[in-house]
Amino acid sequence: MKYADEFRDPEKARALIDAIGLTLKRVTIPDDRPLHIMEVCGGHTHSIFRYGLQRMVPDTIEFVHGPGCPVCVLPMGRVDDCVTIAETDGVIFTTFGDAMRVPGSKGSLLQARAGGADVRMVYSPLDALTLAEKNPDSEVVFFALGFETTMPSTALTVLEAKRRGVSNFSMICQHITIIPTLKALLDDPQAQIDGFIGPGHVSMVIGNRGYDFIPTEHNKPFVVAGFEPLDLLQSLLMVLTQLAEGRATVENQYARIVPEDGNAEAMRAIAEVYEEREHCDWRGLGNIEASGVRFRKEYHRYDAELKFGLVQAQVPDPAICQCGDVVRGIIKPTQCAAYGRQCTPQTPLGALMVSSEGACAAYHQFDAAGIDH
Amino acid sequence: MSRIPESHRSQTGKVRGSAVTLAHGAGGRSMQDLIDDVFLSEFGSNNLSDLNDSARLEAGAHALAFTTDSFVIDPIFFPGGDIGKLAVYGTVNDLAVSGAQPIALSFSIIVEEGFAISELRQIARSARAAADDAGVSIVTGDTKVVNRGCADGIFINTAGIGQIAAELNLSPKNIMAGDRVLVSNSIGEHGAAIMVARGDLGLETELISDCRSLVSMCTALAQGIPGLRAMRDATRGGVAAVLNEFADASGTSVFIDEASLPLKPEVRGVSEILGLDPLYLANEGLFVAVVSEADADAAVALLRDLPGGENVTLIGEVRTDPAGVLIMNALLGGQRLVDMPDGDQLPRIC
Repeated sequence: MKYADEFRDPEKARALIDAIGLTLKRVTIPDDRPLHIMEVCGGHTHSIFRYGLQRMVPDTIEFVHGPGCPVCVLPMGRVDDCVTIAETDGVIFTTFGDAMRVPGSKGSLLQARAGGADVRMVYSPLDALTLAEKNPDSEVVFFALGFETTMPSTALTVLEAKRRGVSNFSMICQHITIIPTLKALLDDPQAQIDGFIGPGHVSMVIGNRGYDFIPTEHNKPFVVAGFEPLDLLQSLLMVLTQLAEGRATVENQYARIVPEDGNAEAMRAIAEVYEEREHCDWRGLGNIEASGVRFRKEYHRYDAELKFGLVQAQVPDPAICQCGDVVRGIIKPTQCAAYGRQCTPQTPLGALMVSSEGACAAYHQFDAAGIDH
Repeated sequence: MSRIPESHRSQTGKVRGSAVTLAHGAGGRSMQDLIDDVFLSEFGSNNLSDLNDSARLEAGAHALAFTTDSFVIDPIFFPGGDIGKLAVYGTVNDLAVSGAQPIALSFSIIVEEGFAISELRQIARSARAAADDAGVSIVTGDTKVVNRGCADGIFINTAGIGQIAAELNLSPKNIMAGDRVLVSNSIGEHGAAIMVARGDLGLETELISDCRSLVSMCTALAQGIPGLRAMRDATRGGVAAVLNEFADASGTSVFIDEASLPLKPEVRGVSEILGLDPLYLANEGLFVAVVSEADADAAVALLRDLPGGENVTLIGEVRTDPAGVLIMNALLGGQRLVDMPDGDQLPRIC
């Protein structure tokens, strides 16, 4: 398959692994732990496990699986908000597939559907808008979640709704932003991260300039990476090369997709529709300042929270969960007391067990106890 | 009905939640839990508790295989088939993978008021053609019409009986370390074709469902390969669910090689776009067989000569450790666990 197989070539992978081994010899490894390289994006976590990369690299490197999985960091209270709206008479509730399984305190959207709510999976927010046009007597609500990757498509859908004059369409805006989250992670004195594999598709939208503070203020290498196994191995090599040479800078391994300045048109659509939210709750990480967006005043008529008079539900994470420590590289998923016991992919307690991109779910799904750890 | 041993009974409470969800019908872990908890605990017969594709009933000098299946599908007409064809082959294939020669089928429909007679006729016609192809007669049936809104067009139930050679003993419990695993066709075509046919994706492919009879291939293996241990058709839950069940029932581990998996480029494409794993996609004309190491090449050669056997491929082997799991030797040399599916796969956000 073109544009995929070229980036999965076993021989090239072996050559990169060899180069990683050689470069690693020139890197100072901490005395008390392996080198911690964080892949920020959940899509990267998924690829690392899917291709078994964590077992191919030397033991002195450990991937720390970052917060960039929008489903994983969805707070339970927000799922409750969705269920409340979905259960309202006359509502057709729509969202992306894997958001439907995330448990809130009253169950997931899938369970709400079993209970009689009209919950439908769509592949694009535009499909939800079309559904609204076809069902003028219902209110169609789309649950807009995700990082900057999905923001342009939801912003453009709102602009399109305005253009087409559709009034029975609204969105719950749960968009979050990556830079404030990385700032919060790096400002935490307990966090132990030596270098970053940066998000590819977020950067395609926002570009690479926003990451400059990571090398300049924190002296950590940051390499924006693609999602195929060779992309990830090459990016890891680029991080290690920076460490070996005592450099820290932002580099772009995914230049075939990511322009340095991002996508101006997408950023314009985002800026037109959304503005910064003062605070945003993250499952596992708590409240992070300015880490999300909400509708601008001009677009309030598309804001489902206002339309339904929603007061955001606040539900604390279960006390036993240590998701925050996993995301900051302090413990591995298997070191959490709930992992594999109270918390499994079938009965997820914590954020990171929820989506297959979550670190704990990926460990559980892809790693056999007998062949690893 | 004899009581099933306590060890085969699950504790109540295995089913999560208070209402049935779609995951309870998706062929994975939730469905197993529902069957164990709600039905096995009440119905329990030794036959049922084995949960094979068909029940084996001893009838004098012969053994009979008996099975049933219900069919609901959206869309009812899809590239490569329709619900009538599916309902016949589905039950015929459950008999075939049990090593049985199908004899007779029942065909019962629950149809919604307003359903077009012309479509019903088309469904009956393709069911008849499928039955002829599989060498089986439809000998009994039932028709129920329900109010508009009480069924999604049409639901079909078929049951089938077949004859098994008395000496034939196929069971996942026979699987042992050293055995080889084969698949009879390229993987995931039905699941991918149906997803594209629903039209939400805006994709156009030439994919068609693999919906077909497995009788001649399964019969050939059952009669010609003494080292055949077990066969199962990989419908809901896909190849991953079958191999997990095999590993679980035999207490072995199954290792498969990613590089060897037969996959059409369109199936790969659809899976890549949606972030799905073809190993979990449904098939309607593919079976997984485990054969002894000594007979593996002969089994492949035998099947390749039969119609529909062109893509038969050895994909892995059985080992001792770690017991009860399915492991993929990934393309680049790493390894990963391929877990039992739970509910339908959902496309990833980004």
